[in-house]
Amino acid sequence: MRIEPRENQSLGRLILALFLAVAAALSVCSLLILWSGASPVQGWLLMVKGALGSKFAISETLTRATPLIFTGLAAAVAFKAKLWNIGGEGQFYLGACMAILLGTDTGLSAWALIPWLFVAGALAGGLFLLVPTLLKTHMNVDEVVTTLLLNFVVLLFVNWLVFGPWKDPMSMGWPQSAPVVDAAALPVLLAKTRLHLGFVLGVGAAVLVWLFMERTVWGFEIRAVGHNPNASRFAGMPVNAVIVRTALISGGLAAMAGVSELLGVKGYLTTDLSPGFGYTGIVVAMLAALHPLGVVASALFVAMIYIGADSMSRAINISNYIADVTTAVSLLAVLCALFFTKYRIRRG
Amino acid sequence: MDILQLFLETGFWVAMVRMATPLIFGTLGELICERAGVVNLGIEGIMAAGCMGGWMWVFLGGSLWGGIVFAACIGIAFGMLHSLFAVYLGLSQHVSGLGLTMLGSSLSAFVFRMLLPKATTPPKIVPFAPLDLPVLSHIPFLGEVVFSQTALTLLAFAMVIIVAYILFKTPLGLALRMVGENPMAVEAQGLSVLGLRTAAVCAGSAMMAVGGAFLTLSAFDAYYIGMVNGRGWICIALVVFSSWKPYKALLGCLLFAAFDAVQMRVQQQAGMAIPYQLYLALPYIFSIIALIIMSRKAAYPKALLIPFRKGER
Amino acid sequence: MPMIKPVLSLSNITKTFGRVLANDQVSLDLFPGEIVALLGENGAGKTTLMSILFGHYLADQGEILVRGKALAQGSPRAALSAGVGMVHQHFTLAGNMSVLDNVILGTEPLWGLKTRRRKACKKLEGLMKQFGLKVDPHAQVSALSVGEQQRVEILKVLYRDASILILDEPTAVLTPQEADHLFATLNQLVKGGLSIIFITHKMREVMAASHRCVVLRQGRVVHETPTRDTSPEDLARHMVGQEVEKKARQKLIPGNEVLSLKNISLSGTAGKTGLEHLDLDLRGSEILGIAGVSGNGQSLLADIICGMTLPDKGDILVHGSPMAGPSPGAMVRAGLGRVPDDRTSTGLIADMNLMENMASETYKKMPFSRFGLLNFKAMEKETATRVKHFDVRCPGLNTVVRNLSGGNMQKLILARELSGKPGIILANQPTWGLDVGATAYVHDRLLEAAQNGAGVILISEDLDELFLVADRIQVMSQGHLSPAMDIDDVDREALGLIMAGQGETHAH
Repeated sequence: MRIEPRENQSLGRLILALFLAVAAALSVCSLLILWSGASPVQGWLLMVKGALGSKFAISETLTRATPLIFTGLAAAVAFKAKLWNIGGEGQFYLGACMAILLGTDTGLSAWALIPWLFVAGALAGGLFLLVPTLLKTHMNVDEVVTTLLLNFVVLLFVNWLVFGPWKDPMSMGWPQSAPVVDAAALPVLLAKTRLHLGFVLGVGAAVLVWLFMERTVWGFEIRAVGHNPNASRFAGMPVNAVIVRTALISGGLAAMAGVSELLGVKGYLTTDLSPGFGYTGIVVAMLAALHPLGVVASALFVAMIYIGADSMSRAINISNYIADVTTAVSLLAVLCALFFTKYRIRRG
Repeated sequence: MDILQLFLETGFWVAMVRMATPLIFGTLGELICERAGVVNLGIEGIMAAGCMGGWMWVFLGGSLWGGIVFAACIGIAFGMLHSLFAVYLGLSQHVSGLGLTMLGSSLSAFVFRMLLPKATTPPKIVPFAPLDLPVLSHIPFLGEVVFSQTALTLLAFAMVIIVAYILFKTPLGLALRMVGENPMAVEAQGLSVLGLRTAAVCAGSAMMAVGGAFLTLSAFDAYYIGMVNGRGWICIALVVFSSWKPYKALLGCLLFAAFDAVQMRVQQQAGMAIPYQLYLALPYIFSIIALIIMSRKAAYPKALLIPFRKGER
Repeated sequence: MPMIKPVLSLSNITKTFGRVLANDQVSLDLFPGEIVALLGENGAGKTTLMSILFGHYLADQGEILVRGKALAQGSPRAALSAGVGMVHQHFTLAGNMSVLDNVILGTEPLWGLKTRRRKACKKLEGLMKQFGLKVDPHAQVSALSVGEQQRVEILKVLYRDASILILDEPTAVLTPQEADHLFATLNQLVKGGLSIIFITHKMREVMAASHRCVVLRQGRVVHETPTRDTSPEDLARHMVGQEVEKKARQKLIPGNEVLSLKNISLSGTAGKTGLEHLDLDLRGSEILGIAGVSGNGQSLLADIICGMTLPDKGDILVHGSPMAGPSPGAMVRAGLGRVPDDRTSTGLIADMNLMENMASETYKKMPFSRFGLLNFKAMEKETATRVKHFDVRCPGLNTVVRNLSGGNMQKLILARELSGKPGIILANQPTWGLDVGATAYVHDRLLEAAQNGAGVILISEDLDELFLVADRIQVMSQGHLSPAMDIDDVDREALGLIMAGQGETHAH
């Protein structure tokens, strides 16, 4: 058995591979549905119905996809540069913290306040990711472990905030912060749903990131450094500066997920604002093969699974953790599928 | 509160050794993988799976040691998956490991919920009892701190010695270390690079899973979702801290556990003056600082993260 | 003549990689006590053939017999246990481990309870004495010189009691004198009962060391003869397939100094050679050759000129003015064309396409970009022009460069580096691993650049190449650089002595 690189890499094969990977993941999870005693067909139908069966269901799916677009973009940009930012979860919460810090006691109008909160949140997230990044570039510290560990630190920090200094006296003892002012709330796009402006911003961000990565010299640098830092340095690119820039963008995008979720859905800060959006963003990015526009599609797919699984678990006797299992399996399946777009296995 | 006072209490040392045990298993497991050139970021999920699987085995009527063996088997299964992706196909070790962590964590939560849908308070099992060995357990201090722990703790200490011996004194260990330094050398001497790496990853993953099972079968008597709580990541930091040496890894785990035990005691005594979240965050911060200190001169296995493909240079 | 049975016989070996036919019905016999030279230019299929024998690759067709018994293919273990040992061109040693560790790896059953170091050490020392291969068994491999590491590789084979030894380009890393010493060792090994195949593309070595030689061209055996019945010219003709003509080239009148290194020093890291007080002056319209055995500091010198490494001490003057902060980018801007020794990992970004690689140094400038936006149309047009001008063969400009052949990769690098008509060119082993056609192409381009007034530094381990194109020559040895000599004033022997650090320039 020998692994041989393919000579050409076609888009058709890539799409086919992604499709097959998703199908493989879904069939693996069908086994879990079978185990629970329900028929997989019924299960998946329930999921589709739960995720897309009504206007409200669709709006819920889009709402759930919104933060995933941002965290997916964050992972996609960083991974393109081979900067392993696994700290999306922490950056998400930092963004949300900034929104509370600057958005609870202010008289600014919505037109000024919302952009300001996004910018401030993005800055906080980007600067926060700078710490592990500089440790990587200057002191050879593996960023995977540091970004992961910092997630726990940030979550404890948020925990302290909502149990301590930021605890809302009006919350009847619940650990949550005071809400942001009304002007900061993101407008709802569709009456009687939770779908908010953040979704549009997310799609807009995806387009911008795509243009940035594909069309600008800075995006070119990021891609080059990701492929081969040594050759990039030889060609005269400022490799460390490129990685730092990437970190600012990636951390910023993940933090914007937090701002959007806080301003668009909850309005106040709790420790369960994110059910792991930062980590799921990694899956979203991988499912999209790190393509910024693909991130939108894969975020929608992952959101469908989560919303659908919630609804399925209410209808049949199955734990909604099946959504997490499905996304994890899809990640591994896509990893394999992408391999087969680049290589083939031959005898000899 | 007097920290010096604390060091005189035997109870503190007992707690330290207990808290170090899962870390010892996890760190040794990761160390074996990395010595063979494969980073295993699946550790967090593998520990979670071992934690739940071992507990469930016992809860459903199996024996305690059966639970440990079952956990080890789960670990091997995950190790095989990681080998398939990261060793045989040569895919990104990072992404494969993260995927396995997600899979291990979510699958154990899912299975737990499926088997015990109505459990509101975590059901309990009878965990490993502290040992009462003749003579050994009655040595003053040492008897209490080491030999009156559960058998798993002794197993962890034994594993340190066994792993160190295998790595540095046997032909297998030489081959494992060599495959992490230069796989071409191993291939040229007629050994199977992929086979050796797979063996290392599977053995390492089994140890990680046993480390997870320690949490539910010895340290505590119940399982709850999210129980591993970053211990796997800390193990990865400890491997770097240990410079990939088993005895230093043991030292690192004990130091870390001592630190953890101190923060818990100080937290209890300090009351509300300093927020408890800070204490809880300290272990993570301590790991990061340890990483920073050791990374500068870290002598990584040369072939770490680099996939080996036959006939490719 | 009595029938002597061959110890090794390869018959009708065929191997394809994708569309490339690497070995086509190759048959080869090795008789006991014989040294066979396997000769052929780069890409002729020599290494592939030996890799099949040693089990790195699986042949599509064909059979291998060792002492009359069929050898299981695709398994280095089977080859080793049949008594076949191979010294690879790139050593397969773990630098962080001891000589002894490297030698005994895989020689004991994996599940043994304890490595028998003392016994192994005794056997190894016996072998060293028997064949005159001295190395400290407890030394760390990374602390050894290249020659010593090669000895470790040979010892690895001997330790396994191999009777057939294959050496892949064994002299590539040796000085001419060290090479002669190696050949003496080979003769001793043959007397000790071994049979040897060595791979080379240098005629001189075939003549000096082999009993018989087999010439491969384009994957086929084209010539087979006892060495005493042939001549280097004859071999060269068979190897290349046509009469090789020596280029007559006119002497150019050197211009002003374009690049000077003054008293450059750099301390070596981790037991590697550093640089000590280097002086170098490059003038326009000349090719300055830097000779030396690999690992004597050439790569550090190249790194300094490319801006990849800062020297500890000393000055770099470009067109007479000192470089303030040398960096790769600064060197590009100062008008250096740089051809690195490693095409796939330094010279090119292998996973990006031709256009992107063409733009990788000047992407911030017109026509590749404007206002920070890439101009794909201009990129495509410019790349198309250059690719055509430099004769890069590729399926399309969107092709990922990993899929190009070595020769086309090198042409692509030349297209990028030389299109801007740089005044200074650094070429570090630009023809390494290229076939004769591509090699000649690279030489022509460098000569053309010199004719147009550029100063060219050509770092090469191949003296033949330097004699062919260089005007002056300097020799690197253990981090020292000899004074420049006119190419017409030196011969191979003198250079060899300087390369070994024993020439008159190092009286100390």
